[in-house]
Amino acid sequence: MNEKKPDLPLILLASCTAIVCGFLLFILFHIYSQGAGTINSRFLTELPRNGMTEGGILPAIAGTILLTLITTWFAVPFGIAAAVYLNEYAGDNPSTRLIRAAVRNLAGVPSIIYGLFGLALFVQGMHLGTSLLSAGLTLGLLSLPYIITTTEEALKTVPNSLREAAMGLGATRFETIRDIVLPAAIPGILTGVILSVARAAGETAPILFTGAAFYITGLPVHPLQEFMALPYHLYMLSTQHQSIETVRPLAYGTAVVLVSFVFLLNITASVLRSRYRSQIHL
Amino acid sequence: MNAKNRNRYDRLATWFFGINGWMGIAILLGIFAMLVYNTIAFFARVSPMDFITNTQWNPGAEGPKGLYGLLPLLISTLLVTFGAMLLAVPIGIGTAVFISEYTSPRVKNILKPAVEMLAAIPSVVIGFIGIVIIGPGIAGTFGLSNGLNAMNGAILLAMMALPTIITVAEDALHAVPADLKEASYGLGAGKWTTLYRVAIPAARPGIIAGVMLGMGRAIGETMTVLMATGNALSFPSGFFDSVRTITATIAIELGEVPHQTTHYYGLFALALVLFLITLTVNSLADRISHRIRQYH
Repeated sequence: MNEKKPDLPLILLASCTAIVCGFLLFILFHIYSQGAGTINSRFLTELPRNGMTEGGILPAIAGTILLTLITTWFAVPFGIAAAVYLNEYAGDNPSTRLIRAAVRNLAGVPSIIYGLFGLALFVQGMHLGTSLLSAGLTLGLLSLPYIITTTEEALKTVPNSLREAAMGLGATRFETIRDIVLPAAIPGILTGVILSVARAAGETAPILFTGAAFYITGLPVHPLQEFMALPYHLYMLSTQHQSIETVRPLAYGTAVVLVSFVFLLNITASVLRSRYRSQIHL
Repeated sequence: MNAKNRNRYDRLATWFFGINGWMGIAILLGIFAMLVYNTIAFFARVSPMDFITNTQWNPGAEGPKGLYGLLPLLISTLLVTFGAMLLAVPIGIGTAVFISEYTSPRVKNILKPAVEMLAAIPSVVIGFIGIVIIGPGIAGTFGLSNGLNAMNGAILLAMMALPTIITVAEDALHAVPADLKEASYGLGAGKWTTLYRVAIPAARPGIIAGVMLGMGRAIGETMTVLMATGNALSFPSGFFDSVRTITATIAIELGEVPHQTTHYYGLFALALVLFLITLTVNSLADRISHRIRQYH
């Protein structure tokens, strides 16, 4: 073997990986280095002033948090119930496979189409108007397939012996699920829920027509109000504001807050996941 | 609680879970029905042939008539997606092979979360990067007045498709049975030959599925192309042209148009086209990856 000959394929593959990691590091470094100067307690806790050229982004932060809560509130119970049906009730037959295929396809439906659906169903059909509630419900639909898939994965890790033991002691199927299966799967379910909600929190397209507004003078207090949200705010500041260069620092600051919020949720999920993994290996 | 009540609860729960279980299909059908319903309203006013063959999308033109040609938008979407795939497929597969075949578990534990982090960055932030970094970069490199064009969109969409391609392809490579590779080594093949002749062909369906899922994501992506491609309403002729994709058109125009007008319904017709394209791409990916599951 010739030791000096460089391993060309390896260099090629490694540089592909380096490009991907480079993208990530570059984006994060750029956003954080440019946005760090904007972030201070006033930016996080004040209302915008002077036609959005000064002041903070508190309404956008509050809007995104409320939106995330509404999304979770509506999507989680239904998503978990659907996963319970698929994993605990439905057998492996054509109709179950059809449902699974539908769920996988839902995950691939473009987010802007969820926006249209939310507009037709919630804003117009149910007369909820462009509001926090409409947007939250729309994002709820968007995150459902992810919640169903991850919950099903979590339910699969619960050993069958637990179910058999519960049923052997005379528990009904429902009691087995409620008292044995779901508690055992909770950490995994929680991980999936947090990841799905984090994805929804960063979405812009579905809330464009369902309730996001550029400028609200106060904090959101009513679910039927329009609201400000971090992703929409970043979009407007970087493309639609009349003096884009002036508000660039604010745009960077908003990006820092948005990325941090999404990463915080993701990190929480992975901490939960690693704890859970070490638990089942006991 | 007596046995009768417990059984009643159990039956109730079966119903409850069953109804929720079918929700996935109900939502998918609901979205489809909503799009079809509005598209029919559109085709009652504009002929389908016009929609498919007209080379201009300009709903404001010709007074109330307007031009509703799908082609320039569809070509824009395909152009940007094609460019994105040109970048993302080799880089993505290369990265997947590197992570799966060449790294120690410790390095893997750093690289895989890094890929997940890239996937977690909101699309609006990627679009912002397109405006502040990629755009000026392209303008400077090629001497253009601005860098908001198809190339910018392609680079950003590549970033967004990469995590999907890497994750799915890496899973497929990981699932290749070790004895296949060992047999190849046993016959005297080296690492690269084994990879190229055995591991990658065995994982091919999974790799193709990953590429298609990444492509589906790129086609349906809205915010990045909306922010970074300039959104000019013309027939694109190359990567340096400003383009307006299907998704960007819906995002821009739905906010401005009065509801229940021809223009409004036209946007739903665009959405139906988008829906059918992504559904086809994702279903194909699904079918291909289903085949490997049977194979293993």
